[in-house]
Amino acid sequence: MSHKVIVVGGGIAGMQTALSLAERGIQPLLLEKSERIGGKLTGWHQLFPSFTPASEVLGDLSARLKDSGAEVRTNSEVRKIDKQGVELTDGTSLEADAVVVCSGFDLFNARLKEEYGYGIYPNVYTSADLEAMFNENRVLTAEGKKPQRIALLHCVGSRDEKVGQRHCSRVCCITGVKQAIELKKLYPTADIYNFYMDIRMFGPGYEEMYRQAQQEYGIHFVRGRISEASETIDHRVQIKAEDTLVGRPLKMTVDMLILLIGMKPGESNRRFAENSAIKLAPSNFVQPHDSFLHNVCSEAPNIFYAGTVTAPKNVGESLNEAITAADRVAQYLSARQ
Amino acid sequence: MIQWGFNINQPRAINLDKNDRLVADRILEQMPELEACIACGSCTATCTAGNLTSFNFRKVHTLVRRGEYKGAYEEMNKCMLCGKCRLVCPRGINTRGVVLLIKQELGDY
Ligand SMILES: Cc1cc2nc3c(=O)[nH]c(=O)nc-3n(C[C@H](O)[C@H](O)[C@H](O)COP(=O)(O)OP(=O)(O)OC[C@H]3O[C@@H](n4cnc5c(N)ncnc54)[C@H](O)[C@@H]3O)c2cc1C
Ligand code: SF4
Ligand code: SF4
Ligand code: SF4
Repeated sequence: MSHKVIVVGGGIAGMQTALSLAERGIQPLLLEKSERIGGKLTGWHQLFPSFTPASEVLGDLSARLKDSGAEVRTNSEVRKIDKQGVELTDGTSLEADAVVVCSGFDLFNARLKEEYGYGIYPNVYTSADLEAMFNENRVLTAEGKKPQRIALLHCVGSRDEKVGQRHCSRVCCITGVKQAIELKKLYPTADIYNFYMDIRMFGPGYEEMYRQAQQEYGIHFVRGRISEASETIDHRVQIKAEDTLVGRPLKMTVDMLILLIGMKPGESNRRFAENSAIKLAPSNFVQPHDSFLHNVCSEAPNIFYAGTVTAPKNVGESLNEAITAADRVAQYLSARQ
Repeated sequence: MIQWGFNINQPRAINLDKNDRLVADRILEQMPELEACIACGSCTATCTAGNLTSFNFRKVHTLVRRGEYKGAYEEMNKCMLCGKCRLVCPRGINTRGVVLLIKQELGDY
């Protein structure tokens, strides 16, 4: 007997969930709001900690998903999740025996931190912009010059009450280290400074990569948050911070300022939470039933979660959760028979 | 001269546009592991000299790495080269060697 399971969101978590379901003989329907699957990874260049091209990971996953025969529908945004299934923004209702929510996260809008001048000064970029520049193989200043001095600022839109984001986005520290190394490889004579509040290297090999950035690539780490950025007459960016480890103010001018933007809860979360079985954490990420044995479960027996919809996670963690969620769906369906 | 009680303060900011990083880079070239310092303060906590004087080894070498050399040589003279700091550094930095290197590079600064 073939059950129908709807997977909401076609990022890596949704793709892996659909794939794992299909491998178990359960017929999934993957719904993705944009015109293509892959989620945020479609915008990344190389992945920490191994510098594996994101396209390689996505390519492999897409090929396996295709072979599995799982049904994928793009341009299909889910508005509501109810007991019977889901409702799309165009009004269509789709029935399902179970739903796995994999709608991911949103990128923090750096314009909200106006003091850093994103969208105002041409040489202020976000980490996502930098990934796009790496992908286009064109990392140059707005004037088309090779940058000789670059600053990366950690915690932009994370751990910051002023923008209503108290949580730590987890992946931006290691992204900052990874991007600093990539920039140094591209421009070996450039001076690169990472401005951090805490360095959070949570994954295997991350701490080692941080040390490599310091020792082998000579990347400078300054503990202190940039308080403001301003533009010089030649469109460079002047930044001010406190070098908190020596207790003195610090200022410098850079050719490029990269803002390591955080992960924001997905904008669909609020609408999904109109269903009383879907709870939100104070951060507005979706709150799983618990953090241990039911970390992919909602308050309803047939709604499950996987990936960054519940909290900031890296690729490996998101994929693992997808497999766990598929496993839970299978358990639920067989218990019901 | 009459002292009015007013004076002009020198700017306190570390200005990385003005600082000459040449010596800092030379030091780091000879001892790249110094850049791997995680500012844990173990060296300063255990330092024989630091417990008796205002000498703060971690702070001085951090300033040197920013190109702030003024007074660093004199500060490093407070070190007694006992090597205790090297026993505790979690990053395995030859901290005692750092003292000698900074003194050697900044001797006539
Ligand atoms: C700058 C940056 C760099 C990163 N680099 C790395 C790295 O190098 N290595 C690593 O391990 N991790 C990295 N990450 C983390 C990685 O991006 C995430 O782990 C991964 O994207 C999570 O996948 P996901 O499927 O949970 O979410 P997403 O990638 O956000 O995918 C969610 C999908 O759901 C869709 N969707 C949303 N709402 C709806 C709806 N209502 N209806 C239908 N579809 C919907 C979206 O369009 C999207 O396609 C990085 C993160 C950032 C911010
Ligand atoms: S991972 Fe690092 S940069 Fe990102 S929010 Fe946490 S401490 Fe800040
Ligand atoms: S070698 Fe110098 S800096 Fe290190 S503990 Fe001894 S006195 Fe302090
Ligand atoms: S003990 Fe080592 S890592 Fe810690 S502050 Fe001193 S030099 Fe840095």
